Amino acid sequence: MVDTKVSHTITTDSRLSTVSNSRIEVENLSHAYQRRQALDNISFDVSCGEIFGLLGPNGSGKTTLFRILSTLMPVTSGTVRILGHDLATEVKAIRNLLGVVFQHPGLDVKLTVVENLRHHGHLYGLAGRTLSSRISELLECFGVSDRAKERVEILSGGLQRRVEIAKALLHSPRVLLLDEPTSGLDVATRRQLNNYLGMLAQTENILVLLTTHLLDDAEACNRVGILDVGKLVAIGEPNALKNQVGGDVILIESRDNETLGTAITERFGVSIVSTDNQLRIECKRGHEFARNVVAAFPNAIQSVRFGKPTLEDVFVTLTGNPFVERKDTKD
Amino acid sequence: MLNSPQRAARKIKNLLPITTIWWREIIRFYRQRSRLFSAIAQPLVFWLLIGSGLSASFQPSGAADGPDYIEYFYPGIVVLVLLFTSIFATISVVNDRREGFLQGVLVAPVPRWRIVFAQALGGTTLALLQGLLLLLFTPMIGIRFGVTSLLLSLGVMALLAFGLTNLGLLIAWRMDSTQGFHAIMNLLLIPIWLLSGAFFPSTGVPGWLAWTMKFNPLTYGLAAFRHSLYLDTTAKAFGEGPPWNLSLLITGLFCVLTYVGATLTASAQTN
Repeated sequence: MVDTKVSHTITTDSRLSTVSNSRIEVENLSHAYQRRQALDNISFDVSCGEIFGLLGPNGSGKTTLFRILSTLMPVTSGTVRILGHDLATEVKAIRNLLGVVFQHPGLDVKLTVVENLRHHGHLYGLAGRTLSSRISELLECFGVSDRAKERVEILSGGLQRRVEIAKALLHSPRVLLLDEPTSGLDVATRRQLNNYLGMLAQTENILVLLTTHLLDDAEACNRVGILDVGKLVAIGEPNALKNQVGGDVILIESRDNETLGTAITERFGVSIVSTDNQLRIECKRGHEFARNVVAAFPNAIQSVRFGKPTLEDVFVTLTGNPFVERKDTKD
Repeated sequence: MLNSPQRAARKIKNLLPITTIWWREIIRFYRQRSRLFSAIAQPLVFWLLIGSGLSASFQPSGAADGPDYIEYFYPGIVVLVLLFTSIFATISVVNDRREGFLQGVLVAPVPRWRIVFAQALGGTTLALLQGLLLLLFTPMIGIRFGVTSLLLSLGVMALLAFGLTNLGLLIAWRMDSTQGFHAIMNLLLIPIWLLSGAFFPSTGVPGWLAWTMKFNPLTYGLAAFRHSLYLDTTAKAFGEGPPWNLSLLITGLFCVLTYVGATLTASAQTN
């Protein structure tokens, strides 16, 4: 009788732990610098095999969140569990599981590619033949084998980024954190990187979490969390988020947005958001609306753009703010 | 229970981060040769110009005849080279930890005390190598080494370099900008050196200055170095410096305290 009870408890526990053993769980996380609230009660979950993107303009708090997740800053309020370990108390165990790519280059440019990787491997206790073969494997995979003995300072930005990601993967982490991984890369390299991350998540079952302020990068993620001034305003698959906006998006430019905006509202009864010298209108059957509005105000309108909603539209709809850098805040 | 090969493996695993961080400091220095030049050229110029210029008018008190100022100034110049090299080795920490190489080290599962120890060893090695170059000048000023004297001098230099690197790390781990670091360098580190007996002995200076020198840890480091340099020479160390064993003790304490301070600072600044 007692035995069955015990074994029952164990099964429940182990099932629970396998779930949390393959997830990042963030609950009610807040962080403040002196008086400014950088993160405000944030909660979300990410699973292994998934690419999760934190999208937000500069100053939205994503760098703070990244620094907390990467163990550089302590958790001051709320809880974070990474693959079952509590970030507040089990930092060392978590550090072994993480691979981190920072926004600012983290390679020593005076060292060669191989020297950088070897240094990194040593920090994680890898050495000798294990380390050498792992290094050549990754250099091969990232197409930088032929540059292995060159100093990092003579490599292009794109190649440096690749070496940087190879470095983060060297100790076979189960979680890969990347802060603005595509910054400074050209479009082709960016696409290549996004594809590679997708493959990595799928084939190796790695949890990939990245921050970005680029809509294209966010589109490439399985799920996206949208951050605005420290708050997580939306979370979901990119397409699901865009469907929330509903219908089409019309952008109008004119010499006098204010007057025109009032006139359009009076005439068509639609709600208008004014951003960045543009009038932004969401509506169903946008092509008809665009035709009507041009016919009604032929002289006042300078240009009309018609489009399907993007993640930027999701951001604007949810926050009422344009998706641009906030200059008054420091991330 | 670990058997001995396992224990050995763990020991190697713990040592690896230290050796690899140390090695990086060395290789970086080797590849930036201008650093070698700047850390040694400036003190050498100081020594030759100030030393020769003051030789005519400066008679260190306590030394009746013989040793002139250029000889008096020499140990101080060696210490200045140690100071420059070890401090410059730590300056990269300021930027590296916020947006550079050190970020990657900080998220690795390596305890802060090991990181700081490795950095301090790196700075010490570099300072010692430069100091060694300067020891080549000893025959010129008439200092003759025996083996004991040479080994002792090197030992004291190593202690001094280790303490000074840790002092630099203590400051660098706290600073947000290299400008701030330079300000501290000028306002704190150079005066510490000036008031250590490197430039002038404490005998005969005004009371308040003598007291300041008495509370300066580098005074004892320099005294220990002078003692070990002149161990085999009949000429006496200049002035009424602190005794040999007290000097060595305080220099050792200086090493321990600065290392603990640097480790605590590094731990406080990061998670």
